[in-house]
Amino acid sequence: MSADDSAPAGDIAAHPKGLDLRRFKDASFVAWGVVATFIGLGTLAALVGQLVHDGRHRLTLDFFLSFPSSNPAEAGILSAWVGSLLVILTTACFAIPIGVLAGIYLEEYAPRNWITSTIEIAVNNLAGVPSIVYGLLAVGLFVQALHLGQSILTAGATLSLLILPVVIVATREAVRGVPQDIRQAALAVGATKWQATQHHVLPYALPGVVTGIIIGVSRAIGETAPLILIGGLTFVAFLPVTLPGEPVFNVVGAVDEYGAPLTPQASERVRIEEDGVVVMPDFSEVPVEAGQTLDLPHGAVVQSTAGLGDAMASWSPTQWLGSEFTVLPIQMFNWTSRPQAEFLELAAAAGIVLLAITLLLNGAAIWLRYRLRRRIKW
Amino acid sequence: MDRDFTRQRFRLGERIVEGVLFVAAALAVAIVAGILYVVIAESAKFFVQVSPLEFVTETRWTPLFDDPHYGIAPLLTGTFMSTLVALAVAVPLGLLVAIYLSEFASARLRELIKPTLELLAGVPTVVYGYFALLFVTPLLQRFIPGLPGFNLLSAGIVMGLMIVPYIASLSEDAMRAVPNSLRDGSLAMGATRLETAFRVVFPAAISGVIGAVILGMSRAVGETMIVVIAGGQLPQIVTSPTQQGATVTAFIAQVALGDIAFGTLEYQSIFAAGLALLTLTLLFNFAAFALQRRFREAY
Repeated sequence: MSADDSAPAGDIAAHPKGLDLRRFKDASFVAWGVVATFIGLGTLAALVGQLVHDGRHRLTLDFFLSFPSSNPAEAGILSAWVGSLLVILTTACFAIPIGVLAGIYLEEYAPRNWITSTIEIAVNNLAGVPSIVYGLLAVGLFVQALHLGQSILTAGATLSLLILPVVIVATREAVRGVPQDIRQAALAVGATKWQATQHHVLPYALPGVVTGIIIGVSRAIGETAPLILIGGLTFVAFLPVTLPGEPVFNVVGAVDEYGAPLTPQASERVRIEEDGVVVMPDFSEVPVEAGQTLDLPHGAVVQSTAGLGDAMASWSPTQWLGSEFTVLPIQMFNWTSRPQAEFLELAAAAGIVLLAITLLLNGAAIWLRYRLRRRIKW
Repeated sequence: MDRDFTRQRFRLGERIVEGVLFVAAALAVAIVAGILYVVIAESAKFFVQVSPLEFVTETRWTPLFDDPHYGIAPLLTGTFMSTLVALAVAVPLGLLVAIYLSEFASARLRELIKPTLELLAGVPTVVYGYFALLFVTPLLQRFIPGLPGFNLLSAGIVMGLMIVPYIASLSEDAMRAVPNSLRDGSLAMGATRLETAFRVVFPAAISGVIGAVILGMSRAVGETMIVVIAGGQLPQIVTSPTQQGATVTAFIAQVALGDIAFGTLEYQSIFAAGLALLTLTLLFNFAAFALQRRFREAY
């Protein structure tokens, strides 16, 4: 209106100085953001590419069914993946019940007092503790104080402590997502608190809980440092379980932890199942035939072949929980530490297997979470 | 007149269930207590034989020699150097990605990119170690002549790439929690999205962002396998990332690989190292937690 306009009269397109530059910076930032994102994604691509390039030709069936060996041509990951499987089974058995129950307590039952605050602080801090410290705890507590030894049981217990915060937090968030109406409706028709939780809250929270479990398991599969500390061996040429057709050595009479007979003077009637050789306590060898029944002194070793029944019995937890073990990441680490190119190829192949498993699990968890968000409309 | 209908009759079954649930939850506290007890108890045995003064001032870490020295300084420089490189990579990248995702990208793009970045966080650290040793180091050696095969630079870079998802995800959450009214106000005043992002949203989310960076730092400090594989295992005072070195975590792993003889000073030294590590990470965690709580209460 005033005659003293700052913009030249009639120049409608005029705008503050420098706007062009600011708009340019704004647009170009998108480029930077995309570049940064691509660097992140490119890392994943380069990683997968390097592994596949180095190790692809090693991925044969033999690779999965052979033990590691000092001859790279014959080496495989049999003991590693069986070990990983058994350790994860143990881990899940501990972590899932404890984690889910703890999460339910913290969301549904916990009163607002200092005890609850302490528990929550503890869970938050546990999430930030380096994995190797869990190994230190395991060595001091499980291996030493509780005498559980360098076994699968110790490994499972350690890893379950490690992934406990993940499961607890995921359970809490899943339970928190269930609307109050559901709970109150259940309580209104006379359900007890636990009935309401078990039959009404948990089913809706289940997908979120399962997502958390999958993420936890994926984390546990890739862990190396704590298992190294508790004695995950780097060269394992045996399996904690028995396969049919394997030789089985049975000692006559009861033995102590070193294999020496507890009652060396005693003897037993033993029926021989197969042709072979019995090794006496004085290390002399006696050939035997199937069908013979002999009096053998305690401490003698009879060899037989594992049948299907023996193999299945060996899968009972009491048989393998106490066994020494190795896992996939430790095996890969072992091979990576060797300078020879063939071992590095083996490491790459093991890495492909490991990466495939973890990416699959993580992908499944992410997909589950995505479907969760889509499906449930309160 | 209103009765409290949420209070229930005493039912033994309910009480038992609640008890079991409580025990499960209280286990978390027991674990923390257990960690502290084990680490402190064994470290105490260590410090009976090695004076704390030597521990912090001695510049050599040679517990396996005939004339052993127990100064944690070399290990701390290794940890510090690798963490520094990691943060130098992760913070710019992570924040760039976070700002881009939160302020510029469409919702669909965000739904696509965020999960993919999370995949990056799920890669096992041994695989990252392999990657650092056999891809990153040769690549760097082309640009930095004379770079040793084991060095803290490639270990640090890969560690940084590993923690980008953490920093990006947490920072993005912090920025998205900033109310839209602030953004709208800024845009209404004529600012561009970029200016809004850097001058309004980012400062508003700063405590959450700092919390994210501290958590990433804590993750880098606690990382073991990448440094063990690619950083070399030579405890020395490190002045440049192009050297090889050992971190606190790498030392613990190294001793463990050589078969720990229980009860020896060597065995106790890993707990002393663990104590140093735990102190650092618990400090970081408390700082991050306090900062994030402050940020959460602001709105």
